Amino acid sequence: MRLLIRGARVVDPSQDLDGVQDLYLAEGRVAALGQPPEGFVPDRVVEARGWVACPGLVDLRVHLREPGQEHKGTIASETRAAAAGGITTVCTFADYDPVVDTPAVADLIRHRADSAGYCRVAVVGALTQGLDGERLSEMGALRAAGCVGVGNARRPLANALVLRRAMEYAATHGLTVFLCPEDPHLRNRGCAHEGQVATRLGLPGIPEAAETAAVAQALALVQQTGVRAHLGPLSTARAVRMVARARYDGLPVTADVTAHHLHLTEMDLGEFDARCHVEPPLRTERDRDGLRYGLVEGTLGAVSSDHQPHEPDAKLAPFPATAPGLSGVETLLSLMLRLVEEEVLALSEAVARLTCGPAEILGLAGSGIGSLRPGAPADLCLFDPAARWTVRPEALRSRGRHTPFDGWELPGRVVLTLLAGRPVHQDPRALPEPL
Amino acid sequence: MARRSLQLDEHGRLRHFLAIEGLGRELLTEILDTAESFVGVTAQAVKKVPLLRGKTVVNLFFEASTRTRTTFELAAKRLSADVLNLNIPASATVKGETLLDTLHNLEAMHCDMFVVRHADSGAAHFIARHVRSGTSVINAGDGRHEHPTQALLDAFTIRRAKGGFGHLVVAIVGDILHSRVARSQIHALTTLGVPEVRVVAPRTLLPAEVERLGVHVHHDLREGLRGADVVIALRLQHERMQGAFLPSEHEYFQLYGLREEHLAVAKPDCIVMHPGPINRGVEMASSVADGPRSVILQQVSHGIAVRMAVMALAMGATHRREATREVGTKGERA
Repeated sequence: MRLLIRGARVVDPSQDLDGVQDLYLAEGRVAALGQPPEGFVPDRVVEARGWVACPGLVDLRVHLREPGQEHKGTIASETRAAAAGGITTVCTFADYDPVVDTPAVADLIRHRADSAGYCRVAVVGALTQGLDGERLSEMGALRAAGCVGVGNARRPLANALVLRRAMEYAATHGLTVFLCPEDPHLRNRGCAHEGQVATRLGLPGIPEAAETAAVAQALALVQQTGVRAHLGPLSTARAVRMVARARYDGLPVTADVTAHHLHLTEMDLGEFDARCHVEPPLRTERDRDGLRYGLVEGTLGAVSSDHQPHEPDAKLAPFPATAPGLSGVETLLSLMLRLVEEEVLALSEAVARLTCGPAEILGLAGSGIGSLRPGAPADLCLFDPAARWTVRPEALRSRGRHTPFDGWELPGRVVLTLLAGRPVHQDPRALPEPL
Repeated sequence: MARRSLQLDEHGRLRHFLAIEGLGRELLTEILDTAESFVGVTAQAVKKVPLLRGKTVVNLFFEASTRTRTTFELAAKRLSADVLNLNIPASATVKGETLLDTLHNLEAMHCDMFVVRHADSGAAHFIARHVRSGTSVINAGDGRHEHPTQALLDAFTIRRAKGGFGHLVVAIVGDILHSRVARSQIHALTTLGVPEVRVVAPRTLLPAEVERLGVHVHHDLREGLRGADVVIALRLQHERMQGAFLPSEHEYFQLYGLREEHLAVAKPDCIVMHPGPINRGVEMASSVADGPRSVILQQVSHGIAVRMAVMALAMGATHRREATREVGTKGERA
């Protein structure tokens, strides 16, 4: 299908582009911007005046729950929800059942995602076999199977020596190591930031040092091994400063933050609100401000949803006994637009952290993911920046309905999501004619 | 505030009793005054008032307790309620049946009040959010969060011994970090007007930013006890030696155990309290526990009157006047 998106404000930070332009799509790819390619006759025209067109969003952290936890969500249900949020590429980690430590499981996930047809799925394979933290996974095979990196999800490694060897072996295969920095012993049984709120509520705390100690160790070993490493999601201001310093020193390190850590703090736990039970924990206002600063300066190159859908029962227990995590793919874009509204960062910077930023971290920028340059896949998110909507859990498409943003009025509604030029989500109120 | 709406009805009266935090001085004083009116009941030959006649109270204990459960049971029985004691080991809920399943099964039996103890902070709030309206939930201790009836019986004991709160220095000594009693005490005492509440402990046993609860922090026992009117020692669990919180009970007793010589720097008429059960020779010397300053056994007997007051008030606002009429004594304000 040949498609003309007419009159939209095209925001594509990968090309430093922000302005009203016509967008020409053909054969599942971007054909041209501004002027039509020779002989271009569109099959359909989308009148997009007042809307923003940007590359399809790339979400670094989406748990699809399948295989292993289909009662929480499936590849089809969660990629469909992601598409509704304007996301066209999701990255997922290895903590499935079975663990993604063999090419077979990685293939299974990608195959099912392909059949569902809503999103591209990038897979970060296991760093250790069965995520046991001790035995290296077969990274050569995982790389051959198309894994974009290796990581141990949120499971701990046995010790620093295993991490060192894993980094060296990953570097051998040119794989990025993805680490969720948290010292398991300092974390202990904590379920909330160790601070005034955990003290008041009597919740076992997770100290700031659980994150900073792990970041320090990871940075020392990156220095030692030279591996490319990605740390996140970060939750503390101090960890952001440590990564900023390391990047200044030339270490090949990137980092990300979740959208909810940019908006919420420990105070939002209120009276044991289990929807705010997330890992890493929501921290102080100072931390939230430090994360926002790191986002603006670019130390945090990507904002992820850290989407973790749960069945209703998972949060029906006293706070410490509830499952951590929230459903985030459908609020990711709007939460970033809210930061734009609050003048924390410019629209083009916000879009960068959702498109080319994460695409570069995943090593997918070369293939045109996260970009609308001619020749790139026609993965597109078209949204109405002026529309406002109120978050209602029951209206989410994800199987998981837990969101601490319940009742928030947020800016920005996705009008159309294209995956390789094919509509995978369309808002009938804005675009009544199906494409 | 969400907390207010969960514990209190639209008239500011108790619906549940979950935490001291969020309750005002007037309400706490009303509970203490009501408890005062019940002290007479427990001294009578027929130790019963009919306030909760026909009501069913369930003691729902997910964590072992003898003293608290027994005093709740006695309190309910003296209010003429039917009492059901359920001790549910944590393993039972792990194996399939959720806390909500348990709760809904009991609700099907038409119970009017749940007295809940649970190892997780927030358990009583969770249950209160999910019970049918009209059912009251009393928190008998949730994780490290609060143990509000214990704090009120302590306040009651202090008021009886000292005549009020406005001039007192209260020192709470020991494992503040793991103590739900300490959190409730701090809120109760600061709300009732105690001008100086101190916590005395090594850093390993103090929660982060504890001073934000409105307390003065001391690490040295003598300094912490200087000029104190009330000294409350907290129970130290044996497992604290395993988690690298403390080197040994011996050293703890040397540095934080209450002995007569430490109390010399406190006020001459200082009282000593403990929520029990006491580890003698760890939190305090036997000579202190059994000595003239100790009000530990009075705390236990006050526990019944205070729990009667909380149960009566949570079941209906008009009960206090009825209670005082039946008993024929008037609540005395200290």
